[in-house]
Amino acid sequence: MRYKIAGLVVVAAVLALVIGRVATRADEFTEEDLKRWESEFMSVVKDGRELWVSAELGTNGVACAQCHPNAANTHPETYPKFQQQLGRVVAFREMINWCLMNPLEGEPLELDEYRMIAMEAYATYERRGVPLAPGKH
Amino acid sequence: MSNQTRREFLRTAGAIAAASCLPMTAVEMAFADKSKNFTFAYISDAHIQHIKGAEFVRNWDRGLIRAVAEANLLEPKPDFVVFGGDLAQLGKKSELDHGAEMLSKLNYKTYCVMGEHDYYLDLGEYWSKLFGDHYYSWDHKGVHFVVLNSILTYDEWTHERWPTAEQRMLEMAGLDNPNGSPFMVGEKQRKWLEKDLKKVSKDTPVVVFSHSPIQKIYAGWNFWTQDAEEVQALLKPFDDVTVVYGHVHQIQYNQIGNISFNAVMATAWPWPYPESYVHADVKWPNMTVPMNRADPFFERDATGWQMVDLDRGRVGLRYNLYDNTDRTVAYNRDTGRPEDMDFQDEADRVPPQTHY
Repeated sequence: MRYKIAGLVVVAAVLALVIGRVATRADEFTEEDLKRWESEFMSVVKDGRELWVSAELGTNGVACAQCHPNAANTHPETYPKFQQQLGRVVAFREMINWCLMNPLEGEPLELDEYRMIAMEAYATYERRGVPLAPGKH
Repeated sequence: MSNQTRREFLRTAGAIAAASCLPMTAVEMAFADKSKNFTFAYISDAHIQHIKGAEFVRNWDRGLIRAVAEANLLEPKPDFVVFGGDLAQLGKKSELDHGAEMLSKLNYKTYCVMGEHDYYLDLGEYWSKLFGDHYYSWDHKGVHFVVLNSILTYDEWTHERWPTAEQRMLEMAGLDNPNGSPFMVGEKQRKWLEKDLKKVSKDTPVVVFSHSPIQKIYAGWNFWTQDAEEVQALLKPFDDVTVVYGHVHQIQYNQIGNISFNAVMATAWPWPYPESYVHADVKWPNMTVPMNRADPFFERDATGWQMVDLDRGRVGLRYNLYDNTDRTVAYNRDTGRPEDMDFQDEADRVPPQTHY
């Protein structure tokens, strides 16, 4: 009996530890978490940069960075906006596809595929610190 | 004096504005000794890019073909043409040959400037076979012209850092590549320039053609020449000095002491102004009224070429902008600097000139 009680106490203690760990409040995170999340994001930015300078996205060897060094003159902070040449409000990703299809003479990417997200992450990261200006031309 | 020169500037501006209605007409200056005035054409940054076999990037081909065709239509004829560098994209023989074939259609004597995209595959060897010396000078109608190869860099970077010539070329070809290296004219060429200028009297106008700016604008994109100050010092004793440069693919101008700086357009594609890259450290005293922001839906927008008027030793550049309103930037003797003839005043600017 004493063993049983002792066993229960140990199990309870272990459970408390485990549950305590799992049941951390949703809004509690550590410096370590922040570092990991940032590094996850930066690894996608890095992939985006590699795609930005890559000749592989199109068919004619042209890369995004040829016209947009450091993703300058892409203005991700202004999207969605009325793209006057298309006559409707478009998302930044649609303009990435427009460039892939025209200057790069390639195929568009699915809007939610990894390479698209990576390129958006890169261009947006290069624009960090600039206030959002949706609709601005 | 200033009233007189102001009037002259305005008359010249009027003449050029009138001429801009006729895109293929070269400008004759109204108030000057005609025997000393002349016009030449400036085409730059074609970036002819080989895909494979007989395929080249069509877009860049079209830019150079158009500039050559238009320059041939000029009336009165320009005295010569300058090609300002970056004929090729990756320095390949196929690219230089294809570009040279297009340039050979020009009906005028053509002087060529070395760009980094022409150089860093074989260090200019094949380019030399087609176009000759990397730096040289000549005199024309009382003006001393100098071509510099301003895209050299440190020996270690050029000769020791990269396992292959192809990789070296690719590393330098990426404008925003942090593995690149600052451009420079170098000591050997500066000594040559010093010697070359010794035989030139100080009141002879000097016009220098280089690929990079010979001034420091933004290191991150190599809008930069590392020994700019040393080269400027050699040019300082002359009354009238102008540097015309390519590389930046945009309208730019500046005045440092006696030296006017004028950039030319690319025929291939436009580049953003460095100020529009928010993390760029740009400190140059920018007096430029920017070109209009490019509309990518017009393939040739924000590209073009120039007619250059030599007016008593100072230049006026008329920018032939495909799919956009032409612009003229000329030296104003009243203010002592290059100015846009239509838009220099803040009140005259238009919304597309705002870059961000």
